[in-house]
Amino acid sequence: MSATNELTPTEYIQHHLGFFAKPVGDGAFWTIHVDSIVTAFILGLVSVAFLAWVVRGATAGVPSKRQAFVELVFDFVDEQVKGIFHGKRDFITPTALTVFVWVLLMNAMDFLPVDIIAAALAAVGIHEWRMVPTADVNTTFALALSVWLLMIFFSIKVKGIGGFVHELFCSPFGAHPALWPANFLFNLVEYISKPLSHSLRLYGNMYAGEIIFLLLWIWAGTGVVGTVFGAILGVGWAIFHILIVVLQAYIFMMLTIVYISMAHESH
Amino acid sequence: MNINLTLIAQAVSFAIFIWFTVKFVWPPLVKAIEQRQAQIAGGLAAAEEGRQSLRTSAKQAEQTVAEARHRAQEIIAQAEKRGAQMIDEAKTAAREESGREKAAANAEIEQEVSRAREALRDQVAALAVAGAEKILRREINPAAHAELLAQLKKDM
Repeated sequence: MSATNELTPTEYIQHHLGFFAKPVGDGAFWTIHVDSIVTAFILGLVSVAFLAWVVRGATAGVPSKRQAFVELVFDFVDEQVKGIFHGKRDFITPTALTVFVWVLLMNAMDFLPVDIIAAALAAVGIHEWRMVPTADVNTTFALALSVWLLMIFFSIKVKGIGGFVHELFCSPFGAHPALWPANFLFNLVEYISKPLSHSLRLYGNMYAGEIIFLLLWIWAGTGVVGTVFGAILGVGWAIFHILIVVLQAYIFMMLTIVYISMAHESH
Repeated sequence: MNINLTLIAQAVSFAIFIWFTVKFVWPPLVKAIEQRQAQIAGGLAAAEEGRQSLRTSAKQAEQTVAEARHRAQEIIAQAEKRGAQMIDEAKTAAREESGREKAAANAEIEQEVSRAREALRDQVAALAVAGAEKILRREINPAAHAELLAQLKKDM
């Protein structure tokens, strides 16, 4: 390997954190991260197709292992929803299930060895590809924003547009006109902070996980000792990361349930 | 893009990670799945068993009822037969009794008749003797003619 081709650690990290970005217009905003979108789409398709496949073959009798697995996941999600949301769960449980499975799969992309994927993709001419869609703030914010819109939709649907506006100005402090600005400000902060915290929590965790992997891989490139320790610590981090991946997917799902069920409650 | 030891480290760690998952993450999951399967299978089997036993006991109950009905009919028939028998017996007994009573009455009547006849005979004899006594007061010695009189009485 020639020295000119050698990457510095900075370049290495920049390379792996570079998006497959495609500008579609003028300005920094008008860019599409093809990698995030394609990976997320494929994973979404995989999860939905898997669930559909299992549901098609579902039986009321003794379930196959496949079906039992899906039932376990569904029961788990439904149980969480039941604990938080009191009402008809025919929309909120599927939503939570979709969020959970999809985010879990997207997070799980973190386990794949980045350089092997990169080498494989480079072989087909793609040089910049980020495998973890949830380590892209655009993905998590898109999810959080969708939940946010659902939240507002249900708030208006349950309380009416009048009730929604009333709540905006009269809660949490009271209905006195003098308190309206304070109430509104308070709600504004809440409505802004909800999607931000929702998305940034997931993004931050996944991004940090990715960075730690990359740092370990840099070490692995420095010599035999680094390779050995990099591999060992890489395994350790990957195993610990199982926890983070599942936990973050769980938290994201729980917050989705909480936000949507909060929208159903009137004050 | 530089290919170096990183690739090997990643391959090794990925392999170990897969081994770890297969060894420690997958089994509990499969166990939970199998437990669920077993639970459902057990539940279904128990339900089927319950249905089966219900069917069996229903059949058994039906059989018992039929048996009881049959038995009751038998008992009724027996009782009817017995009743008829008893009536017959009573009739026979009554008939016998009445026959016996009639015979007894007949015998009594006969006895009475013979007794009356005896008494009559005695009285007639006495009357005859008295008559004869009155007629023959003097000539006839009652003691001498007692044998004759007894003979007469016997012949009457």
